[in-house]
This record gives sequence, C-alpha cells and structure tokens, in this order.
Amino acid sequence: MNPIAEGSGGKKAATAEGFEPRVIIFACNWCSYSGADLAGTSRYQYSPNVRIIRVMCSGRVDPSLILKALRNGADGVMVSGCHPADCHYINGNQKAEVRVSFLKRFLPHVGIDPRRLGLEWISGSEGELFAKIATSFTEEIRELGPNPLTGDDVPEVR
Amino acid sequence: MTAKDKVGAVMVVGGGISGMQSSLDLAESGFKVYLVDNKPTIGGAMAQLDKTFPTNDCSMCIMAPKLVEVGRHENIEIVTNADVSSVAGDVGNFTVTLTKNPRRVDEELCTGCGICSLKCPVEAIDMYNEGLMARAAIYVDYPQAVPLKFHIDKERCIGCGICEGECPADAILYDQAEELMKINVGSIILSPGFDEFDPTPLREYGYGRYPNVVSSIEFERMLSASGPFRGIVMRPSDGKVPEKVAFIQCVGSRDEHIGHNYCSSVCCMHAIKEAMIAQEHTPGLSSHIFFMDIRAFGKEFDDYVTRAQDEFGIGITRGNRVADISQDPNTKDLQVRYIEGGNIRYERFNLVVLSVGLHAPRTAKDLSAAFDIELNQYNFVDTKTFAPLETNVPGIYASGAFSGPKDIPTTVAEASGVAAKAAADIHEARNTMLSDVQLPPERDVLGEEPRIGVFVCHCGINIGGVVDVPEVMEYATTLPNVVFSDANLYTCSQDTQERIREKVEEHNLNRVIVASCTPRTHEPLFRNTVREAGLNPYLFEMANIRDQCSWVHMHEHEAATLKSKELVRMAVAKARLLEPLEKASIPVTPRALVIGGGVSGMTAALDIADQGFTTYLVEREKKLGGIARRLYSTIRGDNVKAEVEQMAIRVKEHPNIELFLGAEVDYIDGTVGNFLTMLTGQTQVIEHGVVVIATGGEEYEPDEYLYGKDERVVTQLQFEEELAKTKAKNLPSTAVFIQCVGCRNEERPYCSRVCCGSTVKQALLLKGKCPEAQVFVLYRDLRTYAFKEDAYREAAEAGVIFIRFAKDMEPKVSKGRPKDGPLEVIIYEELLEENILIDADRIILAAAILPPEGNERLAQLLKLPLSKDRFFLEAHMKLRPLDFATDGVFLAGLAHSPKYIDESMAQASGAAARAVTILSRDTLLAEGVISVIDADMCTGCGTCIELCPYNAIERTEDDKAHVVEVLCKGCGICAASCPERAIDIRGFTSEQIIAQMSSVMNGGGM
Ligand code: FES
Repeated sequence: MNPIAEGSGGKKAATAEGFEPRVIIFACNWCSYSGADLAGTSRYQYSPNVRIIRVMCSGRVDPSLILKALRNGADGVMVSGCHPADCHYINGNQKAEVRVSFLKRFLPHVGIDPRRLGLEWISGSEGELFAKIATSFTEEIRELGPNPLTGDDVPEVR
Repeated sequence: MTAKDKVGAVMVVGGGISGMQSSLDLAESGFKVYLVDNKPTIGGAMAQLDKTFPTNDCSMCIMAPKLVEVGRHENIEIVTNADVSSVAGDVGNFTVTLTKNPRRVDEELCTGCGICSLKCPVEAIDMYNEGLMARAAIYVDYPQAVPLKFHIDKERCIGCGICEGECPADAILYDQAEELMKINVGSIILSPGFDEFDPTPLREYGYGRYPNVVSSIEFERMLSASGPFRGIVMRPSDGKVPEKVAFIQCVGSRDEHIGHNYCSSVCCMHAIKEAMIAQEHTPGLSSHIFFMDIRAFGKEFDDYVTRAQDEFGIGITRGNRVADISQDPNTKDLQVRYIEGGNIRYERFNLVVLSVGLHAPRTAKDLSAAFDIELNQYNFVDTKTFAPLETNVPGIYASGAFSGPKDIPTTVAEASGVAAKAAADIHEARNTMLSDVQLPPERDVLGEEPRIGVFVCHCGINIGGVVDVPEVMEYATTLPNVVFSDANLYTCSQDTQERIREKVEEHNLNRVIVASCTPRTHEPLFRNTVREAGLNPYLFEMANIRDQCSWVHMHEHEAATLKSKELVRMAVAKARLLEPLEKASIPVTPRALVIGGGVSGMTAALDIADQGFTTYLVEREKKLGGIARRLYSTIRGDNVKAEVEQMAIRVKEHPNIELFLGAEVDYIDGTVGNFLTMLTGQTQVIEHGVVVIATGGEEYEPDEYLYGKDERVVTQLQFEEELAKTKAKNLPSTAVFIQCVGCRNEERPYCSRVCCGSTVKQALLLKGKCPEAQVFVLYRDLRTYAFKEDAYREAAEAGVIFIRFAKDMEPKVSKGRPKDGPLEVIIYEELLEENILIDADRIILAAAILPPEGNERLAQLLKLPLSKDRFFLEAHMKLRPLDFATDGVFLAGLAHSPKYIDESMAQASGAAARAVTILSRDTLLAEGVISVIDADMCTGCGTCIELCPYNAIERTEDDKAHVVEVLCKGCGICAASCPERAIDIRGFTSEQIIAQMSSVMNGGGM
C-alpha cells in the first residue's frame, strides 16, 4: 500500500461539540522530532490540533514547563523522546520518565486528570507511530473535554 | 617526494558508516576529503538496518546525525554515482580518475521536494527495501538520504516526461551524460563494504522457490517501521502474521563446498537481534535459531544471548548445519530437517529466515585492478596482523568489511584507524586545501528592539499546494516586531539566500525566521546565510510548516493554513527572545598522553607522533610490550616477539615520543584541550590536550581443573612459551585444551574472544611439531570467526578432536592413578550420548582475559565509566567505540574488551585519529547551545553535577556549580532538574519555551 496515497488518521477538525483540544507535544530533536518529520515525509496524516515544541532532549522538559502549559490552557501535554537506550545524551529520557511519572501522581492533587499528561518513546524511523500517537492522544483529550483549569488554580512547583 | 609536493586531501571510496567516519575524522583534522560512492546516496548497509545489536538501538536514529554532519561539512565533498577508473602517482600525490554516472537530475538544482516521485507513473522495484516493495523510477532510497537529491533509474524510466514537466526547480536532465573527473589526493582509503550472499543456488533451502523463505536482510527491512510491511511481521505468501519463525545460520558461510569457508562474524548476533525485535513487534511469536556455534564474541554479546533466551524465550539449537527445508504446498509452511544429538529431527515453521553471509563487494576485483591492491582467496583485501589497515600499496588503506567480515563497532574503529594512517602520510600538508570563507563582521544587536523578517516557503507545491502561503505571509506582518515578510518558491535555493541577505540589510533586520521544512536538515544552511548577512547565526528560527504541517494535513487546507500561521506565531514569540550566542573557545595543548605501553599504547603513540605531535607514553612496567610479550606466534604465523621488539625500537627512537617506563599516573586534572598530569616518580607536571587509555588486560589465574595443584595443568600463555621453547620430543603426547575457563560463567559472563583462535593455533603448532600427538579441544562454542575459520578446519583435518560441552556439563579433571600416571579428563560427548575418558599429560586452560586492577583508579581520576565487567565503557557501543562521553579521552585495546592483536592495533590507530581531531586545532570551540548557571541563584546543592552525563559541571571554590563550556552538549538535563531554577539552556531558554506555549494558548486559532 502506498502510504502517501492512502494516509491514515486525519479526522476532520471540527466536531459536534465544537471543542478543539489544544495539545502540546515536547519532542526531542534526535528521535521524536525526526519521527514527526518522517510522518510528514511519508504523508501519514494526523490531527491538526497538535503543536510540537522542539527541545534538544526529553530530559530538558522541566515539570514547571508542563504545569505552565496545563495552567495556561493546554488541554493535553505529551513529552516524547528516544526509546530507552537511544537517547542522544545517554540517559536524558530516563530523567524525563522519572519526572513525568512523578508529575502524574501530583496532578490529581491540583485537579488535573493525569491522563492529560503523556509520555511516549518515538524513534526517528517511527513516522507512522508519531502520527498514530498524535491522533490518539488528541482523541483521548477530546473525550476528557476542555481542561477545567484556568491560570492560577495550579500552584507553581519548584 | 618533498613535503611541498604532498597533497592535503584524501579520497575515501565507499560512503557507508566506515567511509563516513574516516571522512569526518580527516575533515576534522584539517584535510580535504573526497567521499566517493557508486550509489546515488551515501549511508551503505547500515541505512538498511532496523536495529543494531547488542543495544537494539535504532540504526537510522544513531546514523542520521552522522549523515547530516558529513553532508554539511565544509571539508567534505561527496561524489555520488561514481566509479574509480584509474589511479596514477604515489603516496603523497595520487591522481584518481572517476567516472561519474549520470543521475539525470541536476544536483545543484534539485531541492529534494519529491514531487517528481509522486507523479512518476512507473512502479519499479525498490532495492533499498530488498525488492519487497515498489518505488517510482525517479526516487531517493530513504527520506534521510544524503545528498537528498533524486535519481532516475534509467532501466525503468519510460521517458514520459512527466517529472520534467512537474519539477518546479527544472532539475531534470534526461540526457545527462557520463562524466570523467580527475581528483588529486595525497592518500586513499577504500571502504566499499560488503555484499550479501545470494542463497538461491543453495537449492536445499528453497530460497526463491518457497515464498516464506526470506534472507536476513529482507527480514530486516520487514521489521523496519519504514519498510514494506511497516514493521509488522508478515508472511510474503499470504500476509498472515506467523506464529513460528526459524532462523538458519551460516547460509553462505563456513561452507567449503561453495568456496566460502570463512565465518561472516556478524550473523549470529544479527539473527538474535532479529528474533528479539520480531517477537517485540509480534505478540505470541516464537522464534528458534539453528546455530552451528553461537559466536557471540564481542563486548557484552553473551549477555545479549542470555537475554534472548531468558527474557524472550528464543529457542536455540546448535551443532550441525540444517540439512534442508521443504514446503507444505497447501499452507506454504516450511519443514526444517536437522540433526540433534545424533538424531534426525523435523520441525514446522510459518516463516524461515536465512542468515546470509557477508561477501566481498562485487566491486572488489575492479578496485583491486584500479588500485593494484592484493586480495585474499575470498576477494577481501589481504591485510597483515601487524599492519591491519594497510594494503600492499603505500598510501592506500582498507577499512571495514572490505578487509574481512566484521561488525559496526570494529568497522568504525578501523575507519578512524585508516584516517590516522592516511593523515600521517600527508601531515605536512594539513590545512593547505581547506576552503576559507571570509565572513563580514558580526553586527552587535544587543539592546536593539527586535526587527524580525519572516520568509515563508512554497516549497514548490509541497507547502503551497496545501497551505495558503500568501495568507501566512500577510499574517506574519501583523505579529509583534515583524517588520518584513516574504514568500519564496524555494527558500533554500541559492538565489533566495542572496535575497535574504539583501532583505536583512534593506530592512535592518536583526532576527530571521524561515517558515518551510525541518530545522534538522535546513537550519545549518539558513544559519550560514544569516551569518553571511552579518548577524549572529543564532538569531534565526524556523517554523516547520511542511514536514509537520502541509504534509500531514494534506486534505485540510484551512486547518493547515491556520496551523501554519500559528507555527509562525510561535516562531516569532521565540525569535523575539533570541540572543546572539558566542561559542567559547579555549586554546589546545597539542600534546598527547598515552597510558599503557603494550601493543595498543605503542601503536596509538606512534600514530599520533607520526602526525607530528609530541606524545608522552607511560608504561607501568620497566619494559614495553604488555601482555604481547608473552605471545610467540599468531594464528597466521607471525613472529610476535620480533614484531613487538621492532615496534618498541620505533617508539624509543621516535623524536616525538617521550617515554616514561616504570611510571604510573598519580594524578590527572583538567579537561579536553588542557590536562595536567603527575606521574609517579616524576617531579615535572606534564601538560597535554588529550588522553589515550590503553591499559591492556591480564590473564586470569584459574583455580579450576587442578590448576596450581598439578604442574601439568597450564594456562594458554604458559603453554605458548612451552611450545616455543621445548624440543618436540619433550612436548606432551596427549594434550587437552579446555575452553572458557573463568569466563562465560556467572561471575564473568563475557567471552574472552581470543582463546578459541589461540587454542586452534596452539593445537596446530603441536600437531605440526609432533604429528603423533593426540590433541583434544573441549569447547562450548568454537568462535574462530572471519578467516580464522580456515585454521579451525585445518586443525580438524590434521586430526585435532573437537568435543563440545554444555555450560553445566563441564569436563572433570582428576589426578589419575597411579600418582605419576596421566591426568584423567572425563567429558560427556553429545553425539555418542555418553561420557568418555581421556588420559592427558598436559591440560591447557583457555583462561579469561581480565581487566587490570588499575582501571578502577584511573576511571575515578578521569571520571570515566566502567562496564559491568570492569572494562572501560565507551561513549556508544556502536558508533563511538573509541570515545568516552567525556571529551578528549580515548580508548583502545584490551582496556575496552578482549581482542586480538590486529584488532587492538586498528583500534589504537583509531584512537590516535580521534585524538588528532583535537590536537590539530589551535583552539576548541564550544557549542552555542549550552547551559548557563546563574551563580547568584545557585545554592551549590550539586544535583546538576551529579546528573550531567558529560561531567561538564564542576564545583567552584565558593561552592557553586559552574559549566565547563567545551564539555557541555546542551541537552538541558541540568536545567530541568535544578531545584533553584538557576540553570537555563541558551537557545532553548525556559522563557523562550514559555513564550512559544503561550502563543499557542493566547492567539486563538486552534
Ligand atoms: S535525545 Fe531524545 S530523549 Fe534524549
């Protein structure tokens, strides 16, 4: 099958409720961001709700950045990095994993559904996976509905 | 030839991982490189791999950064589609004539957009995907290809002219003719790689007749997420997901009937990897591997095999070659017939993978003729033990699989090694052939209000066909601080670069944004342009509106346009906060310290000194030579004593080497470029820019098999001496070799790699001296990889008896009766299924190679990691086998893991080349994107110091964290973990990231 002709995912942007989730994906430069590029090169279609923010390594993503995003109106945030042994900086992804799992435990205490925070390993050759995850995460957030929090409900974490 | 006739350029033939590594090392050491490949793209075999053993790293992921680096290096010129026609001249000054075959696409004009390929009506066979899927007649092999230039397959092209009409860059050249090129270089490296064995002639395996019998390379493509089946394991016959897969080893290897007696060295590990990955991709899949021996001789390979069995439950049969395969005509299942324990067995599988051998490249004969180099009987380059990288022609070197089948790390080490050799020939001409670009001075923009220019790219129709580019351009002007915006057909084209420079000047821009493709490939180009326009290159930002927008929302014009606007808005939000970044520079002390005076240490020291750099060589003992002093011969018949002696003389006489015998490193301080070292027994501190660690290994002192209790039980090294010094009549008449003593067990799970070869060598020597002697070899897997297999066969033919034992079925050794009678060895024979008794008068133990005690201390001093087996742990097992995560420290020989002399030497030469990439420059430049610590906010808690993977953060005297700029790689791990938020990453500051996020939230549009 020619993926270019067929495409995958790619739902229409608007739904009946009119809620369009805002999703931020932090992608490490070496794997996940390349995976996102490869989704493009191979024309795998995915939900246009996703905004990718490039960082050098998933280990760069500070919990406070994630919280800031969720406080300021993002409906979902995903951290994506290289598969466990593949981090370009040896073990940044391990650090990311620890931080995300810590944050997930913390989020309910401030009224955020932990499902709004995701963590995925996507390699530079997994364009299709990137597209799938981008779409399925968006859909999951769509189900959860808008992020109930606005601004100041969430305390700064340090 | 006088020094001034020497040409400061090197030609590298073959652009696989080997050629890429050689090119990078040379280009980084001040030489011009011509990297020649006969294919339209570089990358070689590694580009086809899905994963690599033993870490299961994604192959393309670890290779892509190197591809990009080669592609954009100003000292490397890539010549694709070219064959070598002839060579004239001598070392120092060769003229090579190349025939450049037509690509039929203008390399200068093609932007790699791929419209041609989408429109091409032809379906051709995609050989990158091993013929398992179709592609157009105009194509690139893979999306990360370097150069990213399309290519017309003349055989398939029907000349319809559609691509010519569609190509927005007018790059199609149907009638392009072949072209001759003459290139002048000082030395030459040959690294054309290998070809895979075609199993079709082996009728018994049914390849080509049974659809569900595939080769291991085909299977690799099937496993790849970017391959024909998108990573889903399916049967070619019916697309069904198999439940049982068999791997058949040694297809086209270790087979004298087809004239390929050698072992292909990599297939055992390759099969284990494929089995693991297949099971990972396919729940419920079970796999079984039919080995002759499991040759897991590399660093931590045996752990990998254990994992495959314990964690993945992969089935293993070893012993004999699989007899044949037959197909069930209805189900297309396959029946494998094999022998186990003397019985014939049958087993049914849904899919069979043939682990095909590595062959000399098809071009070997042509290259041999053109360069006048000698090949061995298998058409690989014939190198020598003590000259593992040299061909018979001075100035021409061979690396990688061209000199014998080998894995990626060994290849990468050799690739650096040949770079050292090639550079030594022409070191006087260093820095004479580099292009030097004159740049205007950088304008100081500090304190200026941001003035941003936005250039939106149509990328032909790639973006313009989906996104309303004029609308995005219009929108950009409404954003804060944007004073100019533009739309271009191809922003990356030469004339647009000119236009960007003009517009920067005309509008006094101090920030530039390009909204087009991905920064991963194009950021360097635009940064250059910005720099040429007199701005700091970091005052640039990209919005990825193609790969991450128009291409992934192809049918949603409105949403894609909206998203593009937002991506531009995010880029503007970040660009407003961009600051010029300076790269810190530090001077380099152009001298090296080599620790360890064995064969590896001496080789590294000589190779660095031969390039004109002072080298301090420290050896703990009073004599040079290390453990090699205890060796007398090699499996190929070299006289080790004489060779090592000669090497030691060269070291002592070398004007650039200063030797310290009987000394050890007492204290070492500093970082890449500038180290200070104190040696024991010396009063002078030595200053140097790099360190090479070549501390060697030691032989294990066994407590098994009566060793130390009966003097007829000796180690291999002891027997080596006995064989060399004892008269034939006094040599043992019955000798039993026992393999894997002190290793491949719970305490030391690793394989010592050299013992099987040494045993075969000693067995042959004994048989040669005393043909009547009875010689037994008791082994677990006989690991005579590559051409050493020839000696194994020779030994078997000479009457040496090889008996395999399983891990928990070790032989038993006891003192016989009467007391002075022979030793008794009892071993269970698998084929006979019974114990046999051997009366031996000598037992030779293949004792493990141990890392020396001193490694721990040295590791502490230099903050280097050790592996779990206590050898030094390199920066990356596959692609950085000679480096550490800490810059400026390199590794060679047994200090890395057990290996043969030729392998140690190649590695040591490689370490030398890596070291020279630093020594050959006056100053080192740090990265621009690095971390900065606000000393006022820092409480000195030390979290960052602990977490930094590169030891790039140190504690200052007043107890603050401080970034050593040249060591920092900008990953940001420290910034994300600083409890005081005192750390930020330049170019990716928290403020910039927050600005990007806020512009998503606040601008609406989603
Ligand atoms: S570089 Fe990808 S996770 Fe670290």
